[in-house]
Amino acid sequence: MERREFLQKCIMVVVGASVPVSALTFIDPKKVFAANPDIQWAFLVDTNKCVGCGFCVKACKTENDIPFEAHVSRTWVERYVYTKDDKRYVDSPQAALHGFIDSRIDLGRGEFKEIDPKNVGKAFFVPKLCNHCSSPACTQVCPVGATYKTDDGVVLVDRSWCIGCGYCIMACPYGARFFHPVKHVVDKCTFCYHRLSKGLDSACVNACPFKARRMGNIHDPNDPITQIIMNERVGVLKDEFGTKPQAFYIGLAQEVR
Amino acid sequence: MVEQVAQHAAMVVHGEAWTIKELFTLPNEYIYWSIQIVMYPFMTGLVAGAFVLSSLYHVFGVEKLKEIARFSLVFSFALLPVAMMPLMLHLQQPFRGIHVLMTPHFTSAISAFGIVFLTYASIVATEIWLVYRKYFVETAQGLMAMQNRSNIDSFRMMVFQALTLGAWDISEEAVEKDHKACKIMAGIGIPVACFLHGYAGFIFGSVKANALWMTPLMPVIFICSAVVSGVALCILTYVIVQEIRKYLARSKMARWAREADAPKAEELEAVKHTEVMISSNYLLYFMIAAMTLEILDLIFRGYTQVKSWDILREVIMERDFTKIFILQYTIGNLVPFIMMILPGRTVRRTTIATVLVLFGVFMMRYNVVIGGQAFSLSFSGFMDYHLPIIPHDLETFKEGLFGALTVIATPFILFYFINMFIPAFLKEEEKAPH
Repeated sequence: MERREFLQKCIMVVVGASVPVSALTFIDPKKVFAANPDIQWAFLVDTNKCVGCGFCVKACKTENDIPFEAHVSRTWVERYVYTKDDKRYVDSPQAALHGFIDSRIDLGRGEFKEIDPKNVGKAFFVPKLCNHCSSPACTQVCPVGATYKTDDGVVLVDRSWCIGCGYCIMACPYGARFFHPVKHVVDKCTFCYHRLSKGLDSACVNACPFKARRMGNIHDPNDPITQIIMNERVGVLKDEFGTKPQAFYIGLAQEVR
Repeated sequence: MVEQVAQHAAMVVHGEAWTIKELFTLPNEYIYWSIQIVMYPFMTGLVAGAFVLSSLYHVFGVEKLKEIARFSLVFSFALLPVAMMPLMLHLQQPFRGIHVLMTPHFTSAISAFGIVFLTYASIVATEIWLVYRKYFVETAQGLMAMQNRSNIDSFRMMVFQALTLGAWDISEEAVEKDHKACKIMAGIGIPVACFLHGYAGFIFGSVKANALWMTPLMPVIFICSAVVSGVALCILTYVIVQEIRKYLARSKMARWAREADAPKAEELEAVKHTEVMISSNYLLYFMIAAMTLEILDLIFRGYTQVKSWDILREVIMERDFTKIFILQYTIGNLVPFIMMILPGRTVRRTTIATVLVLFGVFMMRYNVVIGGQAFSLSFSGFMDYHLPIIPHDLETFKEGLFGALTVIATPFILFYFINMFIPAFLKEEEKAPH
């Protein structure tokens, strides 16, 4: 075969092969087969309503098989106490599994601090969970793609594929991830995806007696949660990381990080 | 109560065994990346540094480094598998570690590991083969010509025959071609070695959630300190091995020492002196670069005082002061630096300095990896790392003192075996044309 002929045939093969490949991008199976392209889950926390009962943590651990006695949790509640002499205390004893039954502040290392109720300036509770970010740092850094974002906006972990390197734990600015004490792979909040897909509320939303936690479809303009997020003043945690969190907070104090 | 305690002990989550929390830390925060992740950049740094030292001779033709260059090449080969070891020991699912090579997820910095590491490994292996091909052929031919071989010699013959890869031509032109190819491989090897380690720095530097790690300087700092540690380890090991050889030469205990043209103890001493003096000059240059960058990073953080500075200042200036300023900068950098620049430098003084340099680089890795996890993401609490010493289960062994010591000891054991077939010290110097 002549060199010229060889090159011509090469070009033909390349062009011919690239046509079907480009057709694949027109008919992206991911888009065609996506079951609910109109759903994008978002979480709404009303910090004004939270009383720190810890029912959400109990419900979450029960629903998702995270042992009660393990010192990790998919969701937790933080207590913020500001004193009149301008001191700030934060704690979350056992992730608030049993609520805040002790008025003293847990300082770690087994130490507790009693605060004079007269000295308290303001105090409030902030529930936290995975923010299911739009551009998550955790899924970006997973070396094997074991953690991923679903089309309806939920970040999940494939337990059968996670190698347990911990890079996603390091990358998450919210501390939402941990190693499952029994499965020995990374674990995190799934928005109770198994319940959502059956049309149920997630366990923590279901357990909250004061509707401090709610979930909605942010792509549906008539959804009451979407209405609140669109019409009221809501904030997100740590927006400086550019992860675009999808958990919105009403009444967020700037000190909450 | 007893059952409760027992149940509680069984439910220790990963990281809890060695983390002590103070003030407010998020419930899921622990020191997840522990001593093995300190070992990982330390060991890859040694690999990359040893290779750079060997390239000084192969690429830039620093003739006087000939012997230590060949030694560091073989030693960097022995270090190679050990760069992977700490990662495997740290994984929660070590049997799935191969996924990183087989199904890499390319948005992750770690996914580059397989490609970079294997490229680098093949470059080092090729270079060693090119340098030693003549030796393999000669040894194999010698063994084949031997009458009534013992079993060991037959086995050695088979290994050497395999090592030649069927390339038996050792005419002058063929060997000259080998040298040329070797030079090219070493030339490609330098950027790849730097990439191998720069990417280890990138893994840390690109974690935006971590205020201490996140800096574009991280890869460069890692490369410089890698070269420092690699050169230091090569000098140290070289001196130790030469001392052993001197002893063997005097006492005629080894097979080679009984041969007629065996090097004398005095000759070995003279060679050692020159090689160590020249390599330690390079060590100094790289130390200056590494220290400048590290201190620049620190000053920049202190000067710009962004949001994270309050907590970083407390970690750097108070909690980890001893580890950073005393152990790392003073004992690990300043003291050996002064020891080496003072006039009348001797081999002994340089050797002690290299031990301190290695310690300093190790402390730098420690302070980066552990120090980066010493404060909470909430910026209102701290975590203290307690290295497990007496292991009480597999996890505290793997990620404890003995796990780390296993990783440190392995390259020397590997070197012992590799050295049987690829001797780091060859006598045929006068014959080889460069």
